[in-house]
Amino acid sequence: MRIALFITCVNDLAFPATGIAVTRILRRLGHTVDFPADQTCCGQMHANTGYRAEALPMVRNYVDVFDSYDAIVAPSGSCTAMIRDQYPRLHPPATSVAARTYELSELLVDVLGVTDVGAEFPETVTYHPTCHGLRMLRLGDRPLTLLRQVRGIKLVELGDAEECCGFGGTFAVKNPDVSTAMLTDKCARVRDTGARVLAAADNSCLAHIGGGLDRHRSGVRAVHYAEILAETGASS
Amino acid sequence: MSHPVAPATGGGRIRTPLPFPTAAKPAVADPQLRANLHRATRTIRAKRARVVDEVPDWEALRDAGSAIKADVQRRLPELLEQFEASATAAGATVHWARDAAEACRIVVALTRAAGADEVVKVKSMATQEIELNEALEAAGIAAYETDLAELIVQLGEDAPSHILVPAIHYNRAQIREIFQRRMPDAPADLSDEPAALAEAARVHLRRRFLSARVAVSGANFAVADTGTLVVVESEGNGRMCLTLPETLISVVGVEKLLPTFTDLEVFLQLLPRSSTGERMNPYTSMWTGVTPGDGPQTVHIVLVDNGRSAVLADPVGRPALSCIRCSACLNVCPVYERAGGHAYGSVYPGPIGAILSPQLTGVADNASLPYASTLCGACYDVCPVKINIPEILVHLRQQAPHPPAERATMRLLSWVMRSPRRWAAALRLARAGAGPLGAYRQRRTGVRTLRRLPWPASAWTRSRDLPLPAPQTFREWWGKQ
Repeated sequence: MRIALFITCVNDLAFPATGIAVTRILRRLGHTVDFPADQTCCGQMHANTGYRAEALPMVRNYVDVFDSYDAIVAPSGSCTAMIRDQYPRLHPPATSVAARTYELSELLVDVLGVTDVGAEFPETVTYHPTCHGLRMLRLGDRPLTLLRQVRGIKLVELGDAEECCGFGGTFAVKNPDVSTAMLTDKCARVRDTGARVLAAADNSCLAHIGGGLDRHRSGVRAVHYAEILAETGASS
Repeated sequence: MSHPVAPATGGGRIRTPLPFPTAAKPAVADPQLRANLHRATRTIRAKRARVVDEVPDWEALRDAGSAIKADVQRRLPELLEQFEASATAAGATVHWARDAAEACRIVVALTRAAGADEVVKVKSMATQEIELNEALEAAGIAAYETDLAELIVQLGEDAPSHILVPAIHYNRAQIREIFQRRMPDAPADLSDEPAALAEAARVHLRRRFLSARVAVSGANFAVADTGTLVVVESEGNGRMCLTLPETLISVVGVEKLLPTFTDLEVFLQLLPRSSTGERMNPYTSMWTGVTPGDGPQTVHIVLVDNGRSAVLADPVGRPALSCIRCSACLNVCPVYERAGGHAYGSVYPGPIGAILSPQLTGVADNASLPYASTLCGACYDVCPVKINIPEILVHLRQQAPHPPAERATMRLLSWVMRSPRRWAAALRLARAGAGPLGAYRQRRTGVRTLRRLPWPASAWTRSRDLPLPAPQTFREWWGKQ
């Protein structure tokens, strides 16, 4: 199976550790991963802010870059949802490649049939199901299924877990007061758990929640769950 | 049938006087209001979830509700004429109103013709939408709200902030204060116990029911094949209005039609469970024209367009007309919970308001509302008629006027990101530009984030640290493999 990694623009620039983690997990499981260098951005920010025409060139580029692969994996629920849910409507020739694009937990659990990726992570972790993964991709408990197999991990439940953190892409800057109010409540629920690590499937949401946690010096670290799955306890 | 001109947009209380982000500020800053909304929405949300989970064919019911409404929208002109014929044959008089102002003129004229200077009102979104109370008052006719929550809002000279629970923004201490200040017959020692407040309202309203000669209602459903109107309620005050006065005037949005009486089977299951979280609502009133010797002997129905034909003309936005005003989307919306209903500037708040109001008025008149959502999708999950609210929000954002600076930025980013070569160069530039800064920060503070940036980035850094580009982008790491 030819697997390609779609890193996403935000991860490429600000969260390379997540992409490195995905690469390590898949290689550890014996798969070869390609990183086609011509990839850019899925176009979600443009499409969801009302700039569909400006998003279309990115959609076309995605088709050009990824159409030849059997499976494309993206470490982002929200970018994957953009591709799977919106691409077929925006650009019908993208329908086929969209259906072959998976969020990491879908690729591992559904396509590769793996739930134990051989990870070890001795920390207390709480998991926030980000909205597009939860309600558009219907990831269900796939990410948690993977996390439960991690050796040494202590998973604690997040209160009001399914409530949006208030990021919402450009919402965070267009509606800063409401966004901050939602963030404050989410950060409080995270702190209530006593976890030292907050995990999620989207670094954009994590940058928002983690940015709020850092601002209040909560001591809670926000990490993409791929980075937990990549840990083996051995120094890397 | 083809329209020679584009369908007219609507008037009334459906426009935001202030942009949503500005209008939301007072609510976000009011801890009492936040607490009231938090408690109330979570209580209804939990009740709804309980009674929905126990219905084995809930998803099939949602599909049926959605399909019936889509059918109505496809055949609206034909069904409206059928409804008019059925209702007229049963003794009702049907009036047609193009917009809010015309609907108000018709109701004022009918009330005057009945020789009345006061009306009792059944809770109705349509009459709130067309600002009927204000029009009646201007014509010297007193309008008395009889739904408990609408009464509270009216006495408080306030506006409703929720479709189902118009006074959701008040707690009971605040309600007691309003009653004592504004209700002349309230007992001097009124407590804030719910039973005591309800009793005070009951005594106050009973006199109105017994003296009123004209009632004004809306309708939850209008059945085309029988000419029947249906009102679904909890308190029974609506039924008082629908049965005691001699004249009944019902203001009904044209989208309220159902093709047949048996279609009610679907909606009378969907509505109570989605709205109040009850298996069945206490009072369902149905009337078909005039029944000699029983109930109102003069029955008028005012069918209102007020922008609905414009919504109908847009195939993507059209499902907004399927809304049955249950409020389930308001009760799960994290934005509504923090911003409150008044921030939406329309009688239709919350997620449904964010897609309905801009379509009724034209998006330019409510340009901030399609952006009043994180697109989290909780509303779509609970909608009993499966309105894909996030999809329609994104669709309306296409039509919203975009700020010039934002448009320029988006175009520039699109130009960069559509080209693999330009994007790779931009990544190098961003990393190189921020790299030393990030490294410096990391040495000094241990974190690679920025705490304070000038406008417009301050909209982010006011409440969250901003992550800086990594010292090495992912593609650089990959290239070194």
